[in-house]
Amino acid sequence: MTGRVAIVGVAQTPFRPKRADVNVGELAFEAIEKVLSKTGLEIGKEIDNSISCSHDIWDGQTISNIGITDVIGGHLRNEEKMAMDGSTAVYYGAIGILSGEFDCTLLLAHTKMSQTNRNIVNNDAFDPVYTRMLGFDYTSAAALQAKRYMHRYSITREQVAAVVVKNLANAAANPDRHHGGDYTVNDVLSAPKLADPIGVLDAAPDTDGAVAMVLASEKRARDITSHPVWIRGMGTCYDSYYLGDRDLSDCMSLKKAAGRAYAMAGITDPFKEVDLVELAEEFSYQELLWLEGLGFCDRGKAGLLTQSGATAVGGDLPVNPSGGLLGGVPANVMGLNRVAEAALQIMEGASGHQIDNVRMAVAQGHSGFCGQHHCVIVLGRD
Amino acid sequence: MKRKVAIVGGGQTYHASRRHDVNQVEMVNEAVRAALANARMSIDDIDAVILGNMEFFEGCHMTDCWMVDGSGAYGKPGLKITTGGTVGATIVCAGAHHVASGLFDNVLCIGFEKQEEGDTGAILSGVAHPLYGRSMAGAAVGYFAMMATSYMAAWGAREVHSALVAVKARQNARKNPYAHLKLDITVEDALNSRMLAYPIRMLDMCPSSNGACALILSDEKTARDRCKKPVWIRAMETAHNEQFELDWRDVRTKRPIFSKVCAARIYNKLGITDPAKYFDVFEIYDPATWAELVWYEDLGLCAPGEGFRLIEAGKTDIGGPIPVNPSGGVLSTNCIGASAMLRIWEAALQIRGDAGEHQVPKKVRRALTTAYGGTNWTVMTALSENPGD
Repeated sequence: MTGRVAIVGVAQTPFRPKRADVNVGELAFEAIEKVLSKTGLEIGKEIDNSISCSHDIWDGQTISNIGITDVIGGHLRNEEKMAMDGSTAVYYGAIGILSGEFDCTLLLAHTKMSQTNRNIVNNDAFDPVYTRMLGFDYTSAAALQAKRYMHRYSITREQVAAVVVKNLANAAANPDRHHGGDYTVNDVLSAPKLADPIGVLDAAPDTDGAVAMVLASEKRARDITSHPVWIRGMGTCYDSYYLGDRDLSDCMSLKKAAGRAYAMAGITDPFKEVDLVELAEEFSYQELLWLEGLGFCDRGKAGLLTQSGATAVGGDLPVNPSGGLLGGVPANVMGLNRVAEAALQIMEGASGHQIDNVRMAVAQGHSGFCGQHHCVIVLGRD
Repeated sequence: MKRKVAIVGGGQTYHASRRHDVNQVEMVNEAVRAALANARMSIDDIDAVILGNMEFFEGCHMTDCWMVDGSGAYGKPGLKITTGGTVGATIVCAGAHHVASGLFDNVLCIGFEKQEEGDTGAILSGVAHPLYGRSMAGAAVGYFAMMATSYMAAWGAREVHSALVAVKARQNARKNPYAHLKLDITVEDALNSRMLAYPIRMLDMCPSSNGACALILSDEKTARDRCKKPVWIRAMETAHNEQFELDWRDVRTKRPIFSKVCAARIYNKLGITDPAKYFDVFEIYDPATWAELVWYEDLGLCAPGEGFRLIEAGKTDIGGPIPVNPSGGVLSTNCIGASAMLRIWEAALQIRGDAGEHQVPKKVRRALTTAYGGTNWTVMTALSENPGD
């Protein structure tokens, strides 16, 4: 990347099933206040602009960045909202800094899933004429993808369940997660089904929370922190919309997004060069499919990779040591949380789940059902 | 910006209340094809696609994902941006950032709205805070009624002045083949149209339109190599007012100030003191007639309290010294997610000399556009035929 961009501060609220004590603006304020106090920055002085990620339908308010204009420092200033996953805020924020328009950007992603019904919200992402009436939501669409992927590559239910066991054990070590602990493969397989083969423990639970982050240009980053985390590469890509137009066992858009990010970062052998991955497994099988799309193993081999222990906290390539999304991260917030967790690992600030000596990390987020749009961010230390 | 950015092409749909012949994806595709043809490009030339509309106005979540077949974003990088009525201009800002960053050379920007598939009045009342303001169900008409009465009380303007704006917009629209409300109306027609909320009458408000606009932004090299008449983005500024500042008790002292703050910033960036002289044409976001009068003053085209004198004297007519909205503006066409982008495209057409019958009858070198949305937000964009001036 021509002029480098750094993450100079990260803050998150704890993720809890229901935050009845705060409204959306107050929840966002918790994360923003924390990141400003950590970095010593002031909205009226150092922060040039703000970007938020959220959706009107999740927030229950039309043009819902109205609800956070005051707390994000939008008053008489520049704030832009992206109705996408939070990872794209990092991507767009970095583009703004590379353009030379801004030097220091505040990012925010927030959602209170407890306020609404995810099945109805997700059903509205299906087109109103042909597919919405079928009653699709992200879970039932994901079940089709899981079946197709498992069938094509003979992935077993036990291999998929191994992801849940690993991530929930990791989540137990992360005080920000609301859901985690020691589960067995049998616990996962015998849990009530949402949409076969996806059971209750295979899906990210409903969660409330917010993440805030500050990006800075190279010249500003050094003044703000002695441990900047550099954005080495990034990429996004759209796939087709209709499920029937995609091969759901493939993930073309993730491969392309990762290809762009790796080319920028100069990565040719991701498994060797990357020390840690934080990816968005909204459903357990997605961790396997996304690992393949990110090029960490051959197609159909992520199940074996997981069973070998390589993706565990002590393995060669720890994946989601934070507990991932299965430990409870809100929709829309999930991608910014992935980038935040990867950055915290590089800053050596991951409380309770720190991995030693992380020099290069990959974070991934996605928007749309079955991962239609992917965003990949490569982070590195000095 | 680290690289200069030019508008190298654009396109729009024919705007109308009903488009039963297309769905949202097909309507977006019309604008995209028009923009590509105008820029003499194919979708393969496009490096990234940025799209936006009014979130959920048509009851659809993740419209960027649905639009992929029409927007051409398949296999390409892209984003969805949603900032309310300003969104069309925010997408252009995002596109300019993409090009200026050096990571992309040609970026496709798309704004659209198919209002007939939703209920804009109902969903706009959802702008208000769910606990404190929702039950008032004010939407846009009530808001502009407060603005108008405050303006009339302070400056002595009368309903006839807003009627003059209503007539100018619709008569200009008659010259614009793409405009929605091409009405041959008189001041009497405007004054006799149905009262919505005093003093806002039917003809004081924008229509509910279906339509889309697409623009292609390029870096300097591509623009100079491939485009005969590139229009350069000279400066962009965004400012919001915090959510509860809907107060219009006194147009002189107690009112939102985002527009004045934003104008001062963009003029400062460009080093200008007399915008009425510096810019040859203005395309502003006028959802209501009275808002256009307030914009005149906030943009510094005249002194505070003189906005209605400008329209009275015909200064902002298509042939006047300060032409405002020769396209007919938002008062004639409001496909909300596209409206702010249409301001920029119409201004670019004026600079290129390609506006056809609504081309202003003088040399146009520079233009200023505004967007207006949220509860009180604006994005301003300054365009020029010369990247350095």
